[in-house]
Amino acid sequence: MDLIFEGIKKAFLLLITFDPEVMGITLLSLQVSGSATLISLFIGISVGTAVALSRFSGRRFIVSLINTGMGLPPVVVGLFVTILLWRNGPLGFFRILYTPTAMIIAQTIIAAPIVMGITLAAIQQLPQKLRLQILALGATGLQMVWILIKEAKLPLLAAVMAGFGGVISEVGASIMVGGNIKGYSRVLTTATVMETSRGNFDIAIALGIILLLLAFFINLILTQIQQRERPR
Amino acid sequence: MSESIPILEAKNIEVGRGGMLILHVPSLLIQEGEILSLIGPNGAGKTTLLQALSYLLKPFQGEIFFRGKKVEVNHSVFEYRRKLAMVFQEPLLFDATVFNNVASGLKIRGMKKDEIRDRVMEQLERFGISHLNDRSAKTLSGGEAQRTSLARAFALRPEILLLDEPFASLDPPTRDSLIEDLEHILKQTQTTAIFATHDRLDALRLSNRIAVVNDGKVLQVGFPEEVMNHPVNEFVASFVGVETILTGNVIKKDGGTIIASVEGQEVEAVGDAHLGEEVVLCVRPENVVLSVHPSQEKTSARNVLVGRIVKIISLGLYKKIHLQCRFPLVSYVTNHSFEELSLREGKEVRAFFKATAVTVIRKGKS
Repeated sequence: MDLIFEGIKKAFLLLITFDPEVMGITLLSLQVSGSATLISLFIGISVGTAVALSRFSGRRFIVSLINTGMGLPPVVVGLFVTILLWRNGPLGFFRILYTPTAMIIAQTIIAAPIVMGITLAAIQQLPQKLRLQILALGATGLQMVWILIKEAKLPLLAAVMAGFGGVISEVGASIMVGGNIKGYSRVLTTATVMETSRGNFDIAIALGIILLLLAFFINLILTQIQQRERPR
Repeated sequence: MSESIPILEAKNIEVGRGGMLILHVPSLLIQEGEILSLIGPNGAGKTTLLQALSYLLKPFQGEIFFRGKKVEVNHSVFEYRRKLAMVFQEPLLFDATVFNNVASGLKIRGMKKDEIRDRVMEQLERFGISHLNDRSAKTLSGGEAQRTSLARAFALRPEILLLDEPFASLDPPTRDSLIEDLEHILKQTQTTAIFATHDRLDALRLSNRIAVVNDGKVLQVGFPEEVMNHPVNEFVASFVGVETILTGNVIKKDGGTIIASVEGQEVEAVGDAHLGEEVVLCVRPENVVLSVHPSQEKTSARNVLVGRIVKIISLGLYKKIHLQCRFPLVSYVTNHSFEELSLREGKEVRAFFKATAVTVIRKGKS
């Protein structure tokens, strides 16, 4: 019991004194997962919308691939990104294994299908005739797609939350492709794993609390936006 | 109505779906300022025709000419669509306020903000929904939503307005008040319109010309009296011709009834119209009772006409009798009465119908 109590006390101290190491780790987590989420929004929304609006043979197969991708195990992603970026691997010449860039790539691969799948579902559930109505209002193809995305904005905010939530809390891929290098590629989750295994529960608890708070506040903000424009 | 260059001309339009030809229209002309109704049962191809005319559906053959100029189907076909506006059966509003919904087509055209505001306000006023201005479209009733949808279309000041059964999912009172307003607004703005409906009375009320559509084909196009009284085939007859359609002018009015002169014959009807106004009177054949005994005058029917039987068609349990009075009149009689009255072609009969059996459609012109 003491262990937990002491841990929480120390964690609190680390937090209110803005411990430079803890802050550095937090900032990097936000940078890596934030960039990965942004990139996957771009990829996920465009591909998801394109698949939702088009008819081609093999479409069902693609849709099931996307749906499977929504539940990609991070360690599998970590494994494949590591192999690809390995020194003699096909993309080894980039020399980016064990860098934050590699972590962003891995996290993007995890988040993009989540955003894609939710976008696909969100655009598909809009009434078919809405597209005709938008075109009948004189929209160009691009304008139509943009209006449809705006119509699906509420489920798309859920996609942002799910994507970000998925990568900020992910540990397997980050540790494999980032290497958990102190002051360079150490993020909240990888540091928590390491400190716990070392028995440094105080730091581990501090990191855990920050992770929870981050997830909470980001979702709080997005939920505020999502719920703001509800019908009166 | 200018008879020079039609505002819209469709030539040899063919639309297919799943390898089947679902629409074939060799020719269709719409003159500027007219309102053309497309009437036909559900699934007749009215929606397909409207969508083909606006190139929302790509016909695999055919050409459309707008003011005599051929419309090219390419990436800039939206420029043609910007001359039109379309209202669907469902309001299809965006998840935004009423104001932003009505503004949406104008925003798509990149119009300036203050100009948009003026145009939107004008339409909100016109459709009686100004008070809903900043309400979310998701909270509107069916009638309010359809008014918003119509306002959105009118805000574009379209050269042709396409209406695809815009009242079909509204309850009767809502529908009636909306039709009345739309009729007024169409007249006021002199908008050219193509109006798809399965309701003959709506078509008669709103339009100058009627096109009967079935099975992906336009069976007949003409003025209402022409189509109603001289259907080209059995289908048109069974779909539209079941009523006697008369055009007359109001010569007397008294409380809730009017008397109109039709081909010199007075016809009394329950309804309201101005003196001298042109009205269309519809009489359903089952409401027309025949008698062969001149003495049998014990009837409460206000309209008693003498006519001659010109044609008898057997329809199973009853017969359809075409009479020629001063105007053509159709009556249904049961086989039993038919035998009892020993009706035959050329025989002179008396036809009765009540003033309440006449539907009055006002054309608003004197």
